[in-house]
Amino acid sequence: MRSIRGQRRRRWLAAGIGAAVAVTGLTACSGGGGTTEGAEGAEGGETAEGDASGGGEAGCTNQIKVPDAEQVTVWAWYPAFESVVDLFNESHEDIQICWSNAGQGNDEYTKFSTTIEAGSGAPDVIMLETEVLPSFIIRDALVDLNEYGADEVKDNYSEGVWEDHSAQGGVYAIPVDGGPMGMLYREDLFQAAGITAPPTTWDEFAAAAQQLKDSGSEAVMADFPTNGRAFLQALFAQAGSEPYVFDPDNPTEVEINLDDEGTKKVVDYWFDLVDKGLVGTDDAFTTDYNTKLVDGSYATYLAAAWGPGYLSGLEGADPDAVWRAAPLPQWDAADPVQVNWGGSAFAVTSQSDNPEAAAVVAKEIFGTEEAWKIGIEEGALFPLWLPILESDYFRDLEYPFFGGQKINQDVFMEAAAGYEGFTFSPFQNFAYDKLTEQMFAALQGEKEPEQAVDDLHQQVVDYATSQGFTVN
Amino acid sequence: MSQTLSVEGAAPPARPTTPAPRRRNAPGGVARARQRFGWLFVAPFLVVFVTFLIVPLVYAFWMSLHTKTLALGERFTGFDNYAQAFSDPQFLQGVGFVIRFSLVLIPVQMLVSLAVALVLDALTDRLAKFARLMIFVPYAIPVVIGAMMWGFLYSPRFGPMADIFGLVGLDAPVMLSPDNVFAGLLNVVTWQWAGYYMIIIYAALRGIDPSIYEAARIDGATNTQIALRIKVPMISSALVLILVFALIGTLQFFTEPQILRSVAAGSIDAAFTPNLYAFTLAFSYSQFNYASAISFALGVVVFAGSYLFLFLTRKKSGLS
Repeated sequence: MRSIRGQRRRRWLAAGIGAAVAVTGLTACSGGGGTTEGAEGAEGGETAEGDASGGGEAGCTNQIKVPDAEQVTVWAWYPAFESVVDLFNESHEDIQICWSNAGQGNDEYTKFSTTIEAGSGAPDVIMLETEVLPSFIIRDALVDLNEYGADEVKDNYSEGVWEDHSAQGGVYAIPVDGGPMGMLYREDLFQAAGITAPPTTWDEFAAAAQQLKDSGSEAVMADFPTNGRAFLQALFAQAGSEPYVFDPDNPTEVEINLDDEGTKKVVDYWFDLVDKGLVGTDDAFTTDYNTKLVDGSYATYLAAAWGPGYLSGLEGADPDAVWRAAPLPQWDAADPVQVNWGGSAFAVTSQSDNPEAAAVVAKEIFGTEEAWKIGIEEGALFPLWLPILESDYFRDLEYPFFGGQKINQDVFMEAAAGYEGFTFSPFQNFAYDKLTEQMFAALQGEKEPEQAVDDLHQQVVDYATSQGFTVN
Repeated sequence: MSQTLSVEGAAPPARPTTPAPRRRNAPGGVARARQRFGWLFVAPFLVVFVTFLIVPLVYAFWMSLHTKTLALGERFTGFDNYAQAFSDPQFLQGVGFVIRFSLVLIPVQMLVSLAVALVLDALTDRLAKFARLMIFVPYAIPVVIGAMMWGFLYSPRFGPMADIFGLVGLDAPVMLSPDNVFAGLLNVVTWQWAGYYMIIIYAALRGIDPSIYEAARIDGATNTQIALRIKVPMISSALVLILVFALIGTLQFFTEPQILRSVAAGSIDAAFTPNLYAFTLAFSYSQFNYASAISFALGVVVFAGSYLFLFLTRKKSGLS
């Protein structure tokens, strides 16, 4: 009796195991618990290739309007970008954009980096943040656009902006949007704490933070994220830090000054606020952080010009919030320094079969007022294209999120005009990762903030040396 | 590889040992013809195997013998990358972490899955069937999604931790803080994999002839004695099998830390595990050559670890 039951159960089980084995086979790649070949995933590029739908012949996210025309593949992650692409495709008979979103920031760069190493698979035109341009120029991944008529559009951009996208006498990307910085603040929280005017200097900012805390408010003044990367770099730059001297004309030499006075001043300032419990220390760009930005946990959001767009798209917002924009606090009110966080451009990759057509796309896609109106109103981009940047339309644009405040006129246009450029390193990603590690170590109390800055400097110098640079 | 192994491990006694082929007696011509046909049948698999495993492996090894720096370009450097890898504090720190992690994780996982499998084997009602399925379900959830889900459960703002600890008046621990991240990951991995190992052990338990239990009972053995003295020794080869799976999987730990990095950038750095380090080197810092060397160096560690383990357990495993 028992043995018959056992037999039947065993058969049932065998089927179950069969199913289990099938599942194992299917999930072996994603499971990470597979066999030793998983270790080779790193060079196989399975993660990168698996969802890199953008490259080569893969389908486009947008509709092609003229099927016979030359197609140019584009990777970009701008919000509301599909309308801009449609606009371009409708107005061009001979060139059509085939756009796909290959991920934001690092996700896209990872894929691009893999295609460079593989020698194929890159799009014709790629959206890159200005800070990573040197990293890709030094790998010969981008085309000099001077050969394809970049001069024609040069006058549409300010000199400093054009310079940020040039190297070795060439122009490697056509600027799109910028990230001049300002301070977005909760007027209602300020008023409840008796803060009548937004702080204009960092001293006032610290005093306001104290006042906010003393008033018993649940909010803290701001967040100091250890993984702030470009945000932290911008704050350091405002205090006079110029961490890198890198001239792509002389690409084996680099000067590194990450441990300068400006950086230490900023780090000491913020860690003082952290110690006093006046600011938060949440990691940036996590779900927690996003919610805290809008639910009244922070009274200010030190933001780039794309920040308002980011903010108004977040879930869980406090319905009674009253947001206003003000200029970024200054170290010396008499001598204001404007800084930039983010901003991006379109570059043509060296793998493009038709760089001429690709250059047309890079030059013209954000080269009309219609395109920019979509970019500004739906994508919340800050234009670097002068015809729209200097227009009355842009200056007088009222933002409902800020109660109708003309934030461009009040804050960001001035910040953009005062920005003098910044030099990034050709190993920016490494430097940012180390910055995150060191700031976190300091936050954990493992070392003094200034020591963290010194260690960061040493790590980046060592890395640059190991990469064959002569470090001055 | 894992498929065949798990079937073998699942029901070792049911598999009669095949006598060694008597090649000497067969006429040489026929054997050769047979061999040719054999290759033909293996060919489809072989093509995939060579294209997607052997060739990339050889290419990666070739890459690991070169060095390409941002400023100076590529050149042949022999085993320099390996010398660098085994003296790279970040790599060694990662290796140290995964070894410590395996030392804690594997016993915990084995005890949980063994205990559950023994209980489920002793029960025969519907509840047992249901429980078996529910314990297995986490394994059916893709690892990436599982990790993201735990990211939310651990979140101080969205997760239930604050509420649960609030009930007894305690502050909830931040599970992904540097001090707790070890335990946090331990929990995620155990949750995900214990069910899978439980099924393997359970299958092995069902393969035991029930008459042995009857004999034990007639001799006066209690249920506990049957479980510990009869069942466990008889499934030791399945236990060794899951140990090897767990060991290899843990030494290559990647997915969970990679996913949770985005919510705990401080606790999980770029070199948290060796695989994560290789990934970062290759794709964030474009050091493909050094990343290849790190991967092979990790391969050496994994191979040494698994081999040592199999050697030590060769009597129990039946895999010798």
